[in-house]
Amino acid sequence: MFDSISIGRRAALFAGVAVAALGFAGPLAAQTPKDTIVMAKQIDDIISMDPGESFEFSGSEAVTNMYDRLIRFDLTDVSKLYGSLAESWSVAADGKTYTFKLKSGLKFHSGNPLTAEDAAYSLQRAVAINKSPGFILTQFGFTKDNMKDRIKATDAHTLTIIVEKPFAPTFFYYCLTATVASVVDSKLVKQNEKDGDYGNAWLKANSAGSGPYKLVSWKANESYTMQANESWFRGKPASKRIVVRHVAEPASQRLLLEKGDVDYARNLNKDQLEGIKKNANIQIEQGRKGAILYLGLNQKNEKLAKPEIREALKWLTDYDAIEANIVRGRFVPHQSFLPQGFLGATTDRPYKYDLAKAKALLAKAGLADGFSVTMDTRNNAPIIDIAQAIQAQWAKAGVKLEIIPGDGKQTLTKYRARNHDIYIGQWGPDYQDPHTNAETFAMNEDNTDNAKSKTLAWRNAWNIPDMTKKTAALVLEQDAKKREAGYQEIQREHQKTSPFVIMFQEIEVVAHNKNVDGFILGPSFDNNFYYNIAKK
Amino acid sequence: MNQAAILGLLKSAARIVLTVTMTFLGLLLVTFLIGRVVPIDPVLAAVGDRAPAEVYERTRLELGLDKPLWQQFWLYIAKVFQGDFGHSVLTSNPVIADIARVFPATLELATVATLMGVALGIPAGVMAAVHQGRWQDQLVRVLGLMGYSIPVFWLGLMGLLLFYAKLGLVAGPGRQGVAFDDLITPITGVILLDSALQGEWEVFQDAFSHVILPASVLGYFSLAYISRMTRSFMIEQLRQEYVVTARVKGLSERRVVWRHALGNVMVPLLTVIALSYANLLEGSVLTETVFAWPGLGQYITNSLLSADMNAVLGGTIMVGIVFIGINMLTDILYRLVDPRAR
Repeated sequence: MFDSISIGRRAALFAGVAVAALGFAGPLAAQTPKDTIVMAKQIDDIISMDPGESFEFSGSEAVTNMYDRLIRFDLTDVSKLYGSLAESWSVAADGKTYTFKLKSGLKFHSGNPLTAEDAAYSLQRAVAINKSPGFILTQFGFTKDNMKDRIKATDAHTLTIIVEKPFAPTFFYYCLTATVASVVDSKLVKQNEKDGDYGNAWLKANSAGSGPYKLVSWKANESYTMQANESWFRGKPASKRIVVRHVAEPASQRLLLEKGDVDYARNLNKDQLEGIKKNANIQIEQGRKGAILYLGLNQKNEKLAKPEIREALKWLTDYDAIEANIVRGRFVPHQSFLPQGFLGATTDRPYKYDLAKAKALLAKAGLADGFSVTMDTRNNAPIIDIAQAIQAQWAKAGVKLEIIPGDGKQTLTKYRARNHDIYIGQWGPDYQDPHTNAETFAMNEDNTDNAKSKTLAWRNAWNIPDMTKKTAALVLEQDAKKREAGYQEIQREHQKTSPFVIMFQEIEVVAHNKNVDGFILGPSFDNNFYYNIAKK
Repeated sequence: MNQAAILGLLKSAARIVLTVTMTFLGLLLVTFLIGRVVPIDPVLAAVGDRAPAEVYERTRLELGLDKPLWQQFWLYIAKVFQGDFGHSVLTSNPVIADIARVFPATLELATVATLMGVALGIPAGVMAAVHQGRWQDQLVRVLGLMGYSIPVFWLGLMGLLLFYAKLGLVAGPGRQGVAFDDLITPITGVILLDSALQGEWEVFQDAFSHVILPASVLGYFSLAYISRMTRSFMIEQLRQEYVVTARVKGLSERRVVWRHALGNVMVPLLTVIALSYANLLEGSVLTETVFAWPGLGQYITNSLLSADMNAVLGGTIMVGIVFIGINMLTDILYRLVDPRAR
């Protein structure tokens, strides 16, 4: 009763079409072009390519490859500064007047000469637009009203800067190595100014720098592309084009890398890294980064406010087990607020898992049977996994930890409002001077809810007038050795008394194909350089 | 045309405009309120966690967040009527520009997926109905069940592993190979269409090899849905007396099934297809994530998680337009396939 032959024919026809389509679908080029380097990376954090505004990890990395700065630090020994655009620099006896001599013959991508005028304009515009990273400069007393008097080009090669107080010179220098102090092409930016915005709207998606690369395009959440500046003053970049594509899923990044469709995968997790080790065509590189992974114990919670409890929780956390089982390859154990690589960072690790000690401290605090507490946790790897491990470890001493999972911005909103018990999260330094972390972890000028300065110490309601004074004094310390010793002392005291369980320091891991090499991984994201990357 | 007729026409046009406007206002109000009650600070997306207090406060004022809720909503609506959808905080682009970039990506994916779902789902459904209770029916049933129940994330990754990594039959995540970036001038933003219009067949082939796998994953789900619905519609039709009559008259079985029965289920089937197409056009976050496909789903989701309300509301309007557009298109198609509706 049924004409099955015709159905069969139809099915055969469909199958034929499908096979033909698949044949047509075959990928065209398996390898990326020789002079083009392609990276798969999570770049959805970028909100701007303007050096005066960019403050996110991915944005800073992009900006750093398009702009130069007056001075930089040695990537292998951060304590050494060297002149990039500046030939020499000095501070006057008053401790407030700095003079920078610029190299001659410098040029921007546009062909415009790079002079002290540009350098002065760049710092002034960062102060004037005062976006997120603006405070790195304004903390030296610059305002929109005084900036033209305090930041001046006295001739084409000389820049004079007057800061408000005799700050520690290293403090000022390291702040000038930050992305926000990049030098922009003032002529080009002024041409693209709109309603007195210092070219901010235009610079969001265009570049006006002198660095090794210039921006071709940035498509938010999709990709950015850079073209080499063949006449870069430090030499022609090794590859012509850099394409960074947003690939959110680490497993997809791994597939793209192993297939040769990208040269670098930037966000592989522990699982993918272990899997990829077997592939002889892939190499892995690591670089220490500045981010610190920690627990913040809110002192508004009566139990967490007891010193014995704070200390007990530090003994109750099994750092080694978490390292070995969850974060190996992405974090290294670290227990002080200054990351390794910073002036004065201590590498002491006084705490390890010690159940007996923790139980004794809990008993001393009158909570021998433990207590219940919540932890706001962002819902992604490895944070949620670490939280679960801690939950199991603390339970052995009767501390019942309830994990409250949430999206990143949601838990952060709660933390910033001081509505948490415990917060687990990361903190990355804002610039390469120890004050950046010292300020946030060890200063709290006003512990009231409406305080002006809301440091991490404030977020955890930790009232520390003495430590605040000591930390503040160190930014004025002229003697670098004394300054270093001062930070070490504060870190040790901080380890003993603070409501911060500092656990790890981040490492950045980059996987790449064997035939590509030369990516420079610096100690911060704005010191990751592309100019040496080349294909063999 | 006399005056009364023109008046009548105007009246019905006015009614449609009013209904559409009210629908959109309601849609926007609800989205706006949801966005404001989620416990996420919208300023964070704009300035990040590390901005000093004065920058934070200035941005909060710039975003108008100090004003009462109803006023914020009113200001937004007033701007929308002037054609200004605001800027996205996350991408710092005008929302219109963002949507003009992400929607074509979703459109491309959803269209190819729906075409596959229809081309395979209808014959599968018909076959299942004709062979009701036999192995063909069971096969379609199992395939359909799998389509409903396998997580798309897993299916996408497995598809990549097999067809991209192991077999090398299709291209990997992303919309285009790097070598083909920016080779064509965007007209519609749908790369398949633009490259075909400009005769850039290599670009077309590259784009096709990128879209085929994510579209298959999405298409599998619409296939599952369409084949199940086709099957039940067809079973109902094949029981009707006109089918018996047609067979008695000696028409070939092929003609009875494919012309008469299938012809009669076209109207409800169109609704099913339109619904599944509209669903895909909202964007699929998980598929877009696995395949690094910069589409509408990821855009709206990322924006919502950052309380970036301009972007979320803009995306909502887009989804609303899609639904209304597809409804209208379906109405027109009804008239084409069903003479009674003319």
